[in-house]
Amino acid sequence: MHLDNKVSDGELATKWVNYRSTMNLVAPNNKRRIEVIVVGTGLAGASAAATLGELGYKVKCFSFHDSPRRAHSIAAQGGINAAKNYQNDGDSVYRLFYDTIKGGDYRSREANVHRLAEVSVDIIDQCVAQGVPFAREYGGLLANRSFGGVQVSRTFYAKGQTGQQLLIGAYQALSRQISKGAVTMYNRHEMLDVVKIDGKARGIIARNNKTGEIERFAGHCVVLATGGYGNVFYLSTNAMCSNVTAAWKAVKRGALMANPCYTQIHPTCIPVSGEYQSKLTLMSESLRNDGRVWVPNSVEDAEAIRERRKTALDIPEANRDYYLERRYPAFGNLVPRDVASRAAKIACDEGKGVAPTGLAVYLDFASAIERYGKGEAISRGIPNPSDSKITELGEAVVAQKYGNLFQMYEKITGENPYKMPMKIYPAVHYTMGGLWVDYNLETNVPGLFALGESNFSDHGANRLGASALMQGLADGYFVIPYTIGQFLSNEIRTAPIDPNQEAFDVAEKNVKGLLDKLIYIKGNQSVESFHRRLGKLVWDYCGMSRNAEGLEKGRKLIKELREEFYKDVFVPGDANEFNPELEKAVRVADFLELGEVMMVDALNRNESCGGHFREEYATEEGEAKRNDKDYAYVAAWSWSDDGNHVLHKEDLKFDNVELKTRSYK
Amino acid sequence: MKLKLKVWRQKNNQTKGSFEQHTVEATEHMSFLEMLDVLNEQLISEKKDPIAFEHDCREGICGTCSMVINGQPHGPQKGTTTCQLHMRQFKDGDTIVIEPYRVNAFPIMKDLVVDRSAYDRIIQAGGYISVNTGQAPDGNSIPIEKNTALKAFGAAACIGCGACAAACPNGSAMLFTSAKISHLSHLPQGQVEQTKRVRGMVAQMDKEGFGFCSNIGACEVECPKEISTENIALMNREYLKASLVSE
Repeated sequence: MHLDNKVSDGELATKWVNYRSTMNLVAPNNKRRIEVIVVGTGLAGASAAATLGELGYKVKCFSFHDSPRRAHSIAAQGGINAAKNYQNDGDSVYRLFYDTIKGGDYRSREANVHRLAEVSVDIIDQCVAQGVPFAREYGGLLANRSFGGVQVSRTFYAKGQTGQQLLIGAYQALSRQISKGAVTMYNRHEMLDVVKIDGKARGIIARNNKTGEIERFAGHCVVLATGGYGNVFYLSTNAMCSNVTAAWKAVKRGALMANPCYTQIHPTCIPVSGEYQSKLTLMSESLRNDGRVWVPNSVEDAEAIRERRKTALDIPEANRDYYLERRYPAFGNLVPRDVASRAAKIACDEGKGVAPTGLAVYLDFASAIERYGKGEAISRGIPNPSDSKITELGEAVVAQKYGNLFQMYEKITGENPYKMPMKIYPAVHYTMGGLWVDYNLETNVPGLFALGESNFSDHGANRLGASALMQGLADGYFVIPYTIGQFLSNEIRTAPIDPNQEAFDVAEKNVKGLLDKLIYIKGNQSVESFHRRLGKLVWDYCGMSRNAEGLEKGRKLIKELREEFYKDVFVPGDANEFNPELEKAVRVADFLELGEVMMVDALNRNESCGGHFREEYATEEGEAKRNDKDYAYVAAWSWSDDGNHVLHKEDLKFDNVELKTRSYK
Repeated sequence: MKLKLKVWRQKNNQTKGSFEQHTVEATEHMSFLEMLDVLNEQLISEKKDPIAFEHDCREGICGTCSMVINGQPHGPQKGTTTCQLHMRQFKDGDTIVIEPYRVNAFPIMKDLVVDRSAYDRIIQAGGYISVNTGQAPDGNSIPIEKNTALKAFGAAACIGCGACAAACPNGSAMLFTSAKISHLSHLPQGQVEQTKRVRGMVAQMDKEGFGFCSNIGACEVECPKEISTENIALMNREYLKASLVSE
């Protein structure tokens, strides 16, 4: 299959504006007759549904949650990037573009990333106008902070709750359209199939999770904004219900899954504490602005800490290894996520981990507290402040910046991070891979679009901090409202799609068949137990570092696990009622297939890049070694039930940046 | 630690519910919901119906989890959602009573799950600023004093979990509604539609069957985001002002 990315010709810097000015439009009188289905109400879905409603389309919007406001975008903490250059520190659209391409280890599409950087500035304006309470300076203007992998301050934030505030902004815009009747909202509806007619996406089958009823919805096109698949790892920072099902059903209907092996392991999460653990909690990357990462110099000290004979405070400065500052002096603690995560793994593999499990490093705020304390003492005119006064003043500054994160840490671990350094360890956080889309955000299935984390398009092999929120809102507010017209302008003569036709009958029957199958297995093991085992497999063989042998083995074990699942899973209750276990079973069934394709993709990619680290392909210093000659392509996979999944390639062309070895030293 | 649980079981909105007793082995590092996971795994292994409860992010921000633990929405720890509550707040041998929110406007769906869509409809009745995508001026063209922005943020921190209504003996949604009104009215961009907003949202609140506020203050005490009842005072002022303006 030839993958046409539909990127228009012309200069990178003016490409999007020119394209936007010349693309096909749908007149207002026609928009009123055209129905658009939007699945998902996170940043991408809510902003798309609201904006399409504002434009005059008839929108049907779906969420499996009880309210659109629960989508997992809400949990993003640190911030959102935009090339505003409000700090006068040399930022520009080009620099944001370049940082993102480089941060993604040269595995993303230039044109998409440049467009993302261009519209980033409009997002901030839009959110401010909606009433998003961003952090501000005393002069009343917007404040910024820094994130990993960049040397400017371009991140806008609302304490540690930026995702929440942005999502509430989009949710309110969506609510406004619901109140006007422009958008019909279907809560507690989970999409379980895409319906294709004459090759085009024309509707969905959804389960009303409240009643168990299977319902049909027709539209002129379908927009998926259904998030990432990080929960394939079972333990991740994703919400418990985040899943791949909608995207995976699209794959089953012919859409391609691009770069599924690109998963982001976030360096700063609260470490695992026990077998019963259900999820991991992120500590925002913004903490690395002020926190210093270290482990003891010696394995003996680390052992003493693990056995609780010593604490972090017993290790003198000279016996600590601030390994990020040592290895990457130019970026220090603010190296990108993939680099920071691997460095933590190396430290722990060397036996220097500081938690009883051996899997944790310190994130220490003592120097920041002292620095801020001294600064405050000077600005308040306190002569010769005592150490305790400096600490008190410094802790107050840190509390203002990160208060809710510190509180969250203390609630979960029972330790006070103002006094004792935080213990952190990498955890699965985000998936750069996703449905293959062209420049219009349309998949290879005509009329089927994918936005936000559910597509693959902008982050290459590694996403920079505070860029997920940017991409979700860029896609929803400023890209899809235009590009959807390229498809819909050819549909103005298409009558409303009738859901009482054969394609819908077939799809509905398939969905019912699948649900019945899961219910009637009546085996002996819970859905949760299968999910846990799958997660461990994917983490062990396709996690922070991978090798060919492990991937082969992992693939085999997943297949076996899948067979066992369909023989021995136990789903209580009935399909025709509110049944959270059944919802979970459907999601895990899809993860069991996705996991295999992740391994296949990782095995195919004989290089290391970004979040994909193959042990066979490393430099002598242990850094990722790319192979641009053979692997500068997007790997888009189609699923095949017989296991012969087919690879389709989209070559990545770099006309504007030079491919270099990524260096943060 | 060994715990005795008294959990509310109810098949659906049409049937009567009752308490069911269970014992569960937990450790102090578990979160409250992980303790319930353990119990559910136990029930599933006995081929019994697991306890339905809602949850998602498990880090205190999505507002999905909703239950009353020993008489308190989200349990005993202040400023904490159920998912952030850890078992170290309890002692070996404790008996814990777990119930759904009991609010007229939140019908029970199953066990501990209630339908909170009334809150969405209150927001739809005016909890927004009418600005279409693309209409916005530059973000820095509207300076907002830092403390004012912080006040707006404080109110906007509401997660829509419903604990305020569940804590209120009158089942009132005043804290939730006022938080949105206060968030938007602190900002110059939100003040334009204030009259219409407060009228619409208050009317919807009444229509949904939420009770009136009689200044008890339990909502603020139980709010996991510690949203202040000052917002209710602000809403009342705004409502009074709106009543003096012709429609």
